[in-house]
Amino acid sequence: MSAKRPRQRRRIPAALLVPAVAGLAFLVLPLVGLLARAPWTEIPSRLAEPDILAALRLSLATATAATALSLLFGVPIAWLLARGDFPGRGLLRALVTVPLVLPPVVGGVALLLVFGRNGIVGAWLYDRFDVTIPFTTTAVVLAMTFVSMPFLVVSVEGALRGADVRFEEAAATLGAGRWTVFTHVTLPMIAPGVLAGAVLCWARALGEFGATITFAGNFPGRTQTMPLAVYLALQSDLEAAIVLSLLLLAVSVAVLASLRDRWTAAAA
Amino acid sequence: MRAKPTLAAAVLALASLTACGGTGAAGGDGTTLTVFAAASLTEAFTEIGDRFEAEHDGVRVEFNFAGSSDLAAQITEGAPADVFAAADAENMEKAVEAGAAADPRTFALNQLVIAVPEGNPDDVAALADLAGRTFAACAAEIPCGAAAQAAVDAAGLDLVPVTYEADVKATLQKLVLGEVDAALVYRTDAIAADTEVDAVEFPESAAAVNTYPIAALEDAPNAGLAADFTDFVLADDAQAVLETAGFQQP
Repeated sequence: MSAKRPRQRRRIPAALLVPAVAGLAFLVLPLVGLLARAPWTEIPSRLAEPDILAALRLSLATATAATALSLLFGVPIAWLLARGDFPGRGLLRALVTVPLVLPPVVGGVALLLVFGRNGIVGAWLYDRFDVTIPFTTTAVVLAMTFVSMPFLVVSVEGALRGADVRFEEAAATLGAGRWTVFTHVTLPMIAPGVLAGAVLCWARALGEFGATITFAGNFPGRTQTMPLAVYLALQSDLEAAIVLSLLLLAVSVAVLASLRDRWTAAAA
Repeated sequence: MRAKPTLAAAVLALASLTACGGTGAAGGDGTTLTVFAAASLTEAFTEIGDRFEAEHDGVRVEFNFAGSSDLAAQITEGAPADVFAAADAENMEKAVEAGAAADPRTFALNQLVIAVPEGNPDDVAALADLAGRTFAACAAEIPCGAAAQAAVDAAGLDLVPVTYEADVKATLQKLVLGEVDAALVYRTDAIAADTEVDAVEFPESAAAVNTYPIAALEDAPNAGLAADFTDFVLADDAQAVLETAGFQQP
């Protein structure tokens, strides 16, 4: 056993190892920079501020709601793209990735043009039901969903394309309906891809800034998520902004790590 | 693909021609004055710079327009600038404390107005008229938000905006997009967005007047010209330009 290990280690080709290490350094160094500048003694007093706790709670709740919406609508979209057979599928796939390319602030303006008081849908909602979406928590969830759902769709579509269709065909020949095939054969096969997509989606939603501040505005407790609180703190106090960023980072890593433990425990 | 380098070359050639023209007029001794100025001064200072150049042969004025806190940081970190014009006293103070500037003078004032859609459909005439309407204001962390809060407090009103925006342009944007009935912004911003919004003056804005200080910098590469420029900004000609942009005289 002990003789085998070094041999395995030697097998990592330098052509992969060197760029991997360089890439990791590039990803991790900015975090090191933040940690080096962080005023550690301030963290407890910051945590006690009611606005910060409200922003953290709002961020976690809205990112989770956006992920749930993305799962509800994104998995069917991915299925259509991977398994559907209709003209214009390539165009549809390109359209789904539009929010990835669009600068988030522009996405926020676009959402205002549709769901705002004078928007195509928003004006109707306002006249018929006296409902306004901008500046509400609903707007935060919509902005996050718009920006993060493509991450889920792309992951799930990739998983669907990688899954072996013969299992689905076998289930169908054994008499399973298409919906049963989807829930009992397809979904379990692509579960890792769906989970990976959901994690990406949640992480992107948690960091969402541009579309949120444009579409939902900034109001403590209602639409002020952590990234908005961080940006405003940055206007007056760099160190406060660093503390808040690290707090968001720590909480999100803790949530993802605990979920991961639960998944692996469930799998075992 | 081929057009790109050609275009770049043309731009470079043009730039060098212009530079030659400038130095030629001064008999081969062209000087560039570098002015770091707050973003809200962009239109007014560009005009003032043109007038200064017209009066000073061979002098070219170059501007670096950005947020006052960014400029203050650049100056204290040793950026080679001649003049600093800030949008608030606080950021000038940072430069003074760092020993980069001395004896700042106030050259303009900016006051809040209530920006409303063109034609003022809701007949907003005073701050109290905002009660029951949706309006946007800047966040308290930035100068225009602090000013808005001070004005509302001075009026003794309990007005809460529907959103605290991160900068004054975003605040105005919410009004232009029709998402709010009114926005508390600086008079200069309302004037810059002239065609789409009307500005309603209100007396309580006097409680939160923003002062714009200017100073020649201690390490100015062109100390004499820097002093000339600050005097120029405080003189009648430049003051008229600032007034047109919506600033008030100190």
